[in-house]
Amino acid sequence: MKTYEKVIEKIIMISAVMSTISVALITVFIFQSGLPVLAEYGVLDFIFGTTWSPTNGSYGILPLIAGTLAVTLGALVIGIPTGIACAIFLSEILPKKWAKAFKSAIELLAGIPSVVYGFFGLVVIVPAIRNYVLPIYQIFDPDISATGFSILAGAVILAIMILPTIVSISENSITAVPREFKEASLALGANKMETIVKVLIPAASSGILSSIILGMGRAIGETMAVLLITGNMAKVPGSIMDPVATLTGTIAMEMGYASPTHQQALFAVGIILFVIIMLLNIIAQFSMRGLGGKTN
Amino acid sequence: MDRIKHENLKRIKTSKNLLFYGGTGVFAAITLATLIIIIGYILVNGLTHINLEFLTQEPKRMGKEGGIFSVIIGTLMVTGVGILIATPIGIAAAIYFTEYAKNGKGVTIIRFFTEILAGIPSIIFGLFGFAFFVIFLGMGWSVISGGLTLALMVLPTLIRATEESLKTVPMAYREGSLSLGATRWQTIVKVIIPCCKPGILTGLILGIGRAIGETAAVMLTVGGSLRIPTSIFDSTRTMSVHLYVLAAEGLSQEKTYATAALLIIIVLLINTIANLISSRLGGNYGN
Repeated sequence: MKTYEKVIEKIIMISAVMSTISVALITVFIFQSGLPVLAEYGVLDFIFGTTWSPTNGSYGILPLIAGTLAVTLGALVIGIPTGIACAIFLSEILPKKWAKAFKSAIELLAGIPSVVYGFFGLVVIVPAIRNYVLPIYQIFDPDISATGFSILAGAVILAIMILPTIVSISENSITAVPREFKEASLALGANKMETIVKVLIPAASSGILSSIILGMGRAIGETMAVLLITGNMAKVPGSIMDPVATLTGTIAMEMGYASPTHQQALFAVGIILFVIIMLLNIIAQFSMRGLGGKTN
Repeated sequence: MDRIKHENLKRIKTSKNLLFYGGTGVFAAITLATLIIIIGYILVNGLTHINLEFLTQEPKRMGKEGGIFSVIIGTLMVTGVGILIATPIGIAAAIYFTEYAKNGKGVTIIRFFTEILAGIPSIIFGLFGFAFFVIFLGMGWSVISGGLTLALMVLPTLIRATEESLKTVPMAYREGSLSLGATRWQTIVKVIIPCCKPGILTGLILGIGRAIGETAAVMLTVGGSLRIPTSIFDSTRTMSVHLYVLAAEGLSQEKTYATAALLIIIVLLINTIANLISSRLGGNYGN
């Protein structure tokens, strides 16, 4: 091998390691910037503190965690059944020719920037909740007042945003189930529906599970859309019509004008977010590799 | 008796089947309708406000009046810097994975972290870019800080797309080239990469799409200046950030719709081009 090829090989190797280096750098810098506040304030007080009021020096992120959880759970409740139904329809029911078109529609859904989803939520979903959902709510609870900026609005928009993740990974893993499984089931006299429900879905379950976990990660990490529609009130919510602030939204909104300590506190929020997302991603990675559901 | 029972059972099963098929179909239809409504709503409300003036004039009164010319320039610069940095690294990494790497533990770890990088949310990239590029390296809120942050974000997209298309090149091509006396590098440059141009291009275009739509990370690293940047060390504003500011502050309904519509048009264009490339020129090796 010529010497210049050896040099090239080294350069190529360094490029391949680049993403690993990036992950390491990101970890180091987020932790380094946020740890001082965590250490000073106490991790438990930080996580379980019920007041987020940076101007008064109280950094309790329980309301933010509650907000993120509420919006994410709402998105999953809407997104999981819709996503899995779409994946089944796409892989087993729709003819191949149409499936391809449907897939590019899903890709398009994934390509729309999150700030556009947020804007759509702001001008369509929020007013719709104020004008149509609120009156229904008022039948049961006449005192309730709401602006439409709410958990519900966030959940609806996030559900749309995580659909592509759930649909494409679930569809891949359903398609990856070996043909023999399906043929054996049909040969035993099961009809198509029974085959799908009792054979294909269980066989693809690890892939479907990872699609849900990745979708959940995406919902937790989503920033711009929730920032525009959840109302950004750092209070533990009582109903789905209440406004909430999320971990991500709070960082994005307050970073611009934060004082140095406040900034450190936002980095500490970043640490919590980072740890949650990392755990979810690692679980998804392992669940996709193990348990058979071949997805690549 | 038995026969009737059997018939009934069959009927129940078929209606259950219909319900099942219909049910999944309804969910699919809802998904499709959602897509059409979102795109349609924004285009219908925004297209009428996009005109030459909007595209070529600079924003006045914080974007309330005038156009978005400086924002378009800012978007092009930030995206351009990001893609220019990410492309060679991404392609090289993909080449390493498919052509050089032996399936060892090290490679598994590198791959794992590439997947992890893809899953990190944009606000975390923003925090990192702010702490590292803006503060630590002293680049300030600038095109280059944003470009470098975006480069990291699109890297996994580029690696994945390039790798996918490298994998489709038949082994025989490599063997043929090597047996003719070409070195490994010559084989990669003269045989394999020319075969993969469409795949690499698709990855590049999807990366551009992701970079243009990115907001949270850009907001924390590029800043929000509305002036036309004169160098890569100037602060600027991208279209997504501009849309956020307009929407959050309720500055001007028509400018907000117009900006959103422009973003949608770009996304549609990018998707169409990516689809065309991968379907027309996609890996066809006579099989």
